[in-house]
Amino acid sequence: MELTGAQIFLECLKKEGVDVVFGFPGGAVIDIYDELPNYPFKHILVRHEQGAIHAADGYARATGDVGVCLVTSGPGATNTVTGIATAYMDSIPVVIFTGQVPTPLIGNDAFQEVDIVGITRPCTKHNYLVKDIKDLAYTVRQAFYLARTGRPGPVLVDLPKDIMQQKFEFKWPEDVSLRSYNPNLKPHARQIKKVAKLIEGAERPLIYAGGGVISSGAEDELTWLAKSLDIPVTATLMGLGAFPGDDPLWLGMLGMHGTYAANMAINNADLVLAIGARFDDRVTGKVSTFAPKATLVHIDIDPTSIQKNVAVHVPLVSDCKSALSALKSEMEPRLETVDWEVAHAVWVRQVQEWAETHPLRYKKSETEYIKPQRVVEKVYEISKGEAIVATEVGQNQMWAAQFYKFKRSKSFLSSGGLGTMGFGLPAALGAQMAFPDKLVVNIAGDGSIQMNIQEMMTAVCNNLPVKIVILNNGYLGMVRQWQELFYNRNYCETCMDAQPDFVKLAEAYGAAGYRVTEEKDLEPMLKEAFSNGKPTIIDVRVDPEENVYPMVPAGASLTDMLLV
Amino acid sequence: MRHTLSVTVENEPGVLSRVVGLFSGRGFNIESLNVAPTLEEGVSQMTITTLGDEHIMEQIVKQLRKLVTVIKVVDMAEHKAVEREMVILKVNAEDTKRAEILRIVDIFRCKVVDVSPDELSIEVTGDHGKIEALINMLTRFGIKEVARTGTVAMKRALQA
Repeated sequence: MELTGAQIFLECLKKEGVDVVFGFPGGAVIDIYDELPNYPFKHILVRHEQGAIHAADGYARATGDVGVCLVTSGPGATNTVTGIATAYMDSIPVVIFTGQVPTPLIGNDAFQEVDIVGITRPCTKHNYLVKDIKDLAYTVRQAFYLARTGRPGPVLVDLPKDIMQQKFEFKWPEDVSLRSYNPNLKPHARQIKKVAKLIEGAERPLIYAGGGVISSGAEDELTWLAKSLDIPVTATLMGLGAFPGDDPLWLGMLGMHGTYAANMAINNADLVLAIGARFDDRVTGKVSTFAPKATLVHIDIDPTSIQKNVAVHVPLVSDCKSALSALKSEMEPRLETVDWEVAHAVWVRQVQEWAETHPLRYKKSETEYIKPQRVVEKVYEISKGEAIVATEVGQNQMWAAQFYKFKRSKSFLSSGGLGTMGFGLPAALGAQMAFPDKLVVNIAGDGSIQMNIQEMMTAVCNNLPVKIVILNNGYLGMVRQWQELFYNRNYCETCMDAQPDFVKLAEAYGAAGYRVTEEKDLEPMLKEAFSNGKPTIIDVRVDPEENVYPMVPAGASLTDMLLV
Repeated sequence: MRHTLSVTVENEPGVLSRVVGLFSGRGFNIESLNVAPTLEEGVSQMTITTLGDEHIMEQIVKQLRKLVTVIKVVDMAEHKAVEREMVILKVNAEDTKRAEILRIVDIFRCKVVDVSPDELSIEVTGDHGKIEALINMLTRFGIKEVARTGTVAMKRALQA
């Protein structure tokens, strides 16, 4: 039977097992929307296309599945670009479908026409313009395949309106094969043996885990390796949750706002196992002084990540899960011959001493202000560490990363690579969509929440009871911190004391709103907010001049930390 | 160091801009680039000459391989290869200089492809060194125009 392009497209989504589509209609995709009610998945109507792509991204981060976003041509498409770049930098599998003007009009500056394939070329893993209905099903199939395999990432498919209207036989392509795309999943056996030997000979080994551990599902293997061999673990922002945050071997995040223990450990380790991490500049600080005493092993599925920023001694191109499984098999016999606890006792004691002498801390408030770190600690206590936490970007993000102890992966959703303000709220909605019964908290700043606050309406309409905890300091806090420390306190354009009334704003959207100005109210109000079953803003007035510490100034060595 | 890359790609719209965009977006340099179809349908061959140290070349090659439409990348510096470029040069050639220019054309085994009372157009094919040498020889007469194809390259059959 012949189906229209729109029907073929939706049949493909059904075949891919799509549950939810985040989108916004328009003229170029109206044929798809016309068919949408006949299909089993849910469509979440956002209020801005940037919300749609971040929500699809949040859904993907929380579930590990592919997130799907559908928007119209022109401005609908360009509004997703920030979200596409966000997903690209963090290797998140999303597929973005954009409408396009009819093929005869392409290139004629038609109404709502934009070359979105050209615009998104540098920030997608791959992208397509479907010019022939014969290619439609296979292109959609390829898009999902590319998004979820190898190093995951966003894939965009541009769908011209006339293709959606034409008719063609629907045939689902069972197999995908691209001769030019063969991600290297299996580790090289000799390299694995080499790494095992290095672990055996190391006195001060350290695991530096990144988002690749989570996207390949290698958390168990990583935890086995660390615990069986007594190797301390640090992680990047993207790696938080890959290793239990309440384990004694856990050092916390490393890098610019990493813990003293993690940064000292990387500086003194004689072996660093970098797993699914990419040596970002926010992690390494000054590259020439990064891990100066260590032999560096780098496991990554993407060959371009290896040797890009830092010269490593043992490169290992592989999916993290298969590499760590292979390493596990290699190390298992050595559990009987070596007492690893004894072998690494001195080193583990040393890193724990660093952690004890310089824990994450903040000065108790001497004024009436609530400390923002205290708010995050309270969110952790009340949620018992079981919440899915999204963040915006800035100080709120770093405090969330530092003071919420993530017990499991996929519970921390944050824009790492691109640092996108406005990410948290829609990402939280995506996660809540996937897990309706879980507590989903967006830790926000008063600046960044305003970048996509219109998605409050999406939350209310769809009964997504996300909790937005605004650490309201009346500043663009992270920039203000830099101005204070490195720009002679020239607080140029970072003061945001002219603000909407966030409680009234929440209420205007039909959500609940609370304001906390005194610490004694913090716990009861958070408890009430977390159990009211509604989308909620909790506007917490925090110390306006509180800074994120430790801090390694940009370009400095990791040991040059500014401490509290 | 100068490297010649032979890049086999899917012949589809946008593939050139994917490759070029990769170079510009990551701050790599392209000295010359040419593209043409191969014998295999749907497949094109690009030859790119670029400058970079070992670290940069490693990144360029890996990043190219990562593109979904790129089938194969070979750095000719790792092989014995035949490299050729074709160039057409328009040179000032008044009567007094003409004989000397023609002698150079002869030595370099070039071909005169166009003549006017005071100009000669010369076609030359050769590797990078030969072309540089010819340009050096002709510069003093005044080269008015140059059209170059950019390098094409092929691995030699017998590799030691």
